[in-house]
Amino acid sequence: MKTYTYTEKKDTRSGFGAGLTELGRTNPNVVALCADLIGSLKMNDFIKENPERFFQIGIAEANMMGIAAGLTIGGKIPFTGTFANFSTGRVYDQIRQSIAYSGKNVKICASHAGLTLGEDGATHQILEDIGMMKMLPGMTVINPCDYNQTKAATIAIAEHQGPVYLRFGRPSVPIFTPENQKFEIGKAIKFTEGNDVTIVATGHLVWEALEASKALHEQGITAEVINIHTIKPLDDAAILESVAKTGCIVTAEEHNILGGLGESVARVLATNNPVPQEFVGTNDTFGESGTPAQLMEKYGLNSAAIISKAKKVMSRK
Amino acid sequence: MPNIKHLEDICTQVRRDILRQVHKVNSGHPGGSLGCTEFFVALYNEIMDRKDTFDMDGIGEDLFFLSNGHISPVYYSVLARAGYFPVEELNTFRLIDSRLQGHPTTHEGLPGVRIASGSLGQGMSVAIGAAQAKKLNNDDKLVYSLHGDGELQEGQNWEAIMYAAGKKVDNLISTVDLNGQQIDGATDDVLPMGDIKAKFEAFGWTVLEIEDGNNLEAVLSGMAKAKAETGKGKPVCVLLKTVMGNGVDFMMHTHAWHGKAPNDEQLAEGLAQNPETLGDY
Repeated sequence: MKTYTYTEKKDTRSGFGAGLTELGRTNPNVVALCADLIGSLKMNDFIKENPERFFQIGIAEANMMGIAAGLTIGGKIPFTGTFANFSTGRVYDQIRQSIAYSGKNVKICASHAGLTLGEDGATHQILEDIGMMKMLPGMTVINPCDYNQTKAATIAIAEHQGPVYLRFGRPSVPIFTPENQKFEIGKAIKFTEGNDVTIVATGHLVWEALEASKALHEQGITAEVINIHTIKPLDDAAILESVAKTGCIVTAEEHNILGGLGESVARVLATNNPVPQEFVGTNDTFGESGTPAQLMEKYGLNSAAIISKAKKVMSRK
Repeated sequence: MPNIKHLEDICTQVRRDILRQVHKVNSGHPGGSLGCTEFFVALYNEIMDRKDTFDMDGIGEDLFFLSNGHISPVYYSVLARAGYFPVEELNTFRLIDSRLQGHPTTHEGLPGVRIASGSLGQGMSVAIGAAQAKKLNNDDKLVYSLHGDGELQEGQNWEAIMYAAGKKVDNLISTVDLNGQQIDGATDDVLPMGDIKAKFEAFGWTVLEIEDGNNLEAVLSGMAKAKAETGKGKPVCVLLKTVMGNGVDFMMHTHAWHGKAPNDEQLAEGLAQNPETLGDY
């Protein structure tokens, strides 16, 4: 079985910052906006190199989304930066009307998504953002899994015409995907081959899925781990091809199971090849304060949870 | 000098277009549309430096954003009469498969429209973004926007008003249609907004007033003054005092016709008060 290791940990938001800095050097139409969270979003280098292409909006996210929409009229490619909570729920109607329905080429870049924001607690830990964003017609939804993938995704979305929601996080997590990879929007990545169970994961849960597959392998179970970085458009073919072989699937995400990746996968299965599915995600709940590791354990979002769900779903075959 | 008689003829025809659009589908918003007729006609026929053809980026021309999208009947009529799309298309207002949606949108690709509006309070932010893009592109043309007075109750406006002044967005002229009415009644009864001029000034805008926003010459000279105030480090606000339902006597001075269509007799009466000038669609 192919195994994955890492030598370094970094936060995915720094991958975003690095990608944005590179875009600043290569694409003169890229502009950035921030609602008073430059440091948290790692936008400092872009701003230092391109002060004229940066817009500090202040604590006014609704205005930021509207200004971003307006900047596209004139050929700019705006990247907005704030926490995931303030990038989605707080400004849903602005995104819906001024960006999505208007078909504007805005890249909504959202950090501190999910429980791993940690100690700040539930007011800031959004677990509903994927659901809100994937429901918007024309919106692309991406949740990369490590620093390198986030950097590559940031660069790739500048070339994509249309609104994008790019979701990343705060904590340092293992870097296990290649440096300078080519990021293909909507294309799933198969990390391990397996015959017994498919594990589809996104964001921070991808590393946990790989850890789970390692442990399962030691117990004689081969798991096929697929990284769905693009939740919309979903790579239906990759999912169906895998479950045709394994006959069951676990979905894993740092998000409410209501409205998340798992529900999108369930739709694909229900309409094509119904097989047993189990969900790793938060279950219709808010988060709370705590360290990221404590929270991921308490809410069942780690490799142990994936292992348990994998065994359960295999028993339902 | 603009030909006032010609512009008045356009206004009369636009009023007919408004009444006929909303009557046909028994829905839509004639009151605010009629009140802003002179403003739209002046803007698209005299004030704006615009191209005859439409492209989304609008580089090298003035741009306009309608924030209070419910007054789409006047917007559509003026866009069509200005040549953006065939006037016959006004026949499709609010019908299935039409580019003339109840509220304006880019979704169906209607030439002249650069943003969807309808959910209120969003247009000024968009106009600011477009104005910032012009600065980045070294494009010295201007951005215009229109907002309802009731719409100022939406908080996003005040984020935008604060930003535009703070960041010296001085290539922007935002006009507020001060008709004093909103769906549930007079703005002073629904939510008194106090001194709107003082509020904009306190936020750092240059504010001009057009006392008779239904007088073409007043609108033309007021907007020319506003244009002269651009490029001076401050955004420019025009407070345009209009009469809701202007030009159709039984629709005037009331909020009753905010979102209500005339019946057959009322249409005939309204059209009789506005005889055909450029030809009905």
